Amino acid sequence: MSKVSYRPSKILIADDSPADRLILQSMLQRLGYVVVLAEDGVQAVEKFLSEKPEFVFLDVIMPNMDGVETAIQIKEKAGDDFIPVIYLTSLADAPSLARCLSAGGDDFLSKPYNPIVIEAKIKAFSRMREMNQTLALQKNLIEKNNRHLIQEQNVAKQVFDKIAHAGSLKLPIIRYYMSALAVFNGDVLLADVSPTGSLMVLLGDFTGHGLPAAIGSMPLASIFYGMVNKGFGMSEILREINNRLNQTLPMGLFCCATCFDISFRKQRVLVWSGGLPDSAIYRGATRTFERITSKNLPLAILANRDFKAEPVRFELSAGDHILLWSDGIQEARDRQGKMFGEQRLTSILERGLEASAVFDDIIGEVQAHIGEGERDDDVSLVDITFPDAELGAQMEKKGSKGRGCLQDWSLNFRLESSSLRVFDPMPLLLHITSEVPGLRQSNSLLFTVLSELFNNAVEHGVLGLQSSIKQSAAGFSEYYRLRKEGLENLPLGSWVMLEFEHGVKHNGGLLTIRVRDSGDGFHPTNKTTSGDTQHVYHGRGLTLLRTMCESLVITPPGNCVEAQFRWLHEE
Amino acid sequence: MSISSSMSADGKTLTIAVDGRFDASSLDEFRSCYEGAVCESPISFNVDLRKAEYLDSSALGMLLVLRDYAGGESATITISHCSPEVKKIFAISSFEKLFTIQ
Repeated sequence: MSKVSYRPSKILIADDSPADRLILQSMLQRLGYVVVLAEDGVQAVEKFLSEKPEFVFLDVIMPNMDGVETAIQIKEKAGDDFIPVIYLTSLADAPSLARCLSAGGDDFLSKPYNPIVIEAKIKAFSRMREMNQTLALQKNLIEKNNRHLIQEQNVAKQVFDKIAHAGSLKLPIIRYYMSALAVFNGDVLLADVSPTGSLMVLLGDFTGHGLPAAIGSMPLASIFYGMVNKGFGMSEILREINNRLNQTLPMGLFCCATCFDISFRKQRVLVWSGGLPDSAIYRGATRTFERITSKNLPLAILANRDFKAEPVRFELSAGDHILLWSDGIQEARDRQGKMFGEQRLTSILERGLEASAVFDDIIGEVQAHIGEGERDDDVSLVDITFPDAELGAQMEKKGSKGRGCLQDWSLNFRLESSSLRVFDPMPLLLHITSEVPGLRQSNSLLFTVLSELFNNAVEHGVLGLQSSIKQSAAGFSEYYRLRKEGLENLPLGSWVMLEFEHGVKHNGGLLTIRVRDSGDGFHPTNKTTSGDTQHVYHGRGLTLLRTMCESLVITPPGNCVEAQFRWLHEE
Repeated sequence: MSISSSMSADGKTLTIAVDGRFDASSLDEFRSCYEGAVCESPISFNVDLRKAEYLDSSALGMLLVLRDYAGGESATITISHCSPEVKKIFAISSFEKLFTIQ
């Protein structure tokens, strides 16, 4: 605490006795204060308003308005500002003094006056006034900050709600209950239909709740919806989410999650679960539950190289349900702090009820258990019905509509000399093929195919390099030196043309790639991997192409190569 | 795309880590990793492909050149953390006879 530095600059004395007034006035002036004088209560209030003194001495008995009434009025006019009011009195009986103080004064000073006591009282009340002012300032600041915070949270919540609830939670086959502990919910439920017709669902529970938890769900939701919309598979989506959360969340903040990829056509679900309680598959035919146990660490904990996004597969048929919940269910506490518990939940699951009754019973009994008790975690419960074929087909259509993904297409791409010298077409071409949902998963293989085809055309076609140069390690380096040199000095009029045709096929697609070049053609070497692989630094490209492509046709004189690349959806 | 290398504490294993794309575009970078290494011979090599997503036949040639540099028959070269796709490429070219593929 700072030392008392505060001194009232101006003191008001109200006393109807001129002699008493004068005595006190001269004492205070000697102590160095500026003094304002009033002769009665009415005048005291007027002077208080006009002169704004910071300390008031009031005689209790005055004409027009007595000290007690004057004190009440002055206190009222001072509002939140603490103005010490000290009664001047020769009263000695305790009840009168008590009445004075309870009416709004702060202390009293007995006549005759003692300058040491006066100085001490002024100092004491100045300290009080100072504390009071600090308190008032802090209160204002807190109020202001709080208003600000609530306003910020409301804006953030609007953004959050838009991002977190952008998908297909309104599908008729999804039923969910989410209670929020704070403005923001630490549980996040995401669902959307991918362009391949799979329903992707993710229930996440961030450590903690409120704003810190919600911050994590922003990247979670935007990656999820972005990637589901582009047709990425569940493993890739989880890897990307894990990677981003691992890099951005502070230590100790992570996300327990369960993710489902439900295919209506294949009648199966792929499940990945990390850290959330068991989820369960309800078998409509027998009204029993199969538990799905979490086998992985929550998202954000492992660096991506150690992260495994391998899902488990379950077959489904019409009338089955998937039920998942966050630990807020088991950990819901009643007034005595007793948890709802795993056992109560299991007993509901084992009642052999209709799926909808199971949902109602869980929510009903959890709420009854909590009663008037304090909620200390977010409670979420989700039920997904596996629909019959007709409804399933309707669900699938929600995915492909207006999503702007490449399906059937063709592309001719011709690179002239000036481009060939400097431009590397691989990233661009892979970017285009990535727009086909599902083909992206084959990017790694497709790179090899495209790279072999393109480099064949450039090296053997346009530049006319002979593979036989790569007979030795030194020749290998020489070959690439010549390639570089050849490209730098490439004459005008050379070109490589890449033609693509893509068609969607059952369970995947067929990509035809035709590469032509301006060269004289080349003779595919006969030296494809023979027994003597150790000293041959070339001849593997064609073998790779032949193995990876469904067909490979080299049209004489060798400056047109056509490859057919078939790909299948990830399963 | 980037290639980095590090020597083990005992100075006996040089690890070359490839990130992203492994093909002729990273030829010089790859070569300078091992040619520049001052080493006690004989040493072993570890080519870490954990982060390598794309690979073509020129990378196969580069690995063979490394093998030649490391002593051909007597070279000890491990290629680690291969994705299934990359393993497939090595299998097509019978590389498991020349390298330890992990």
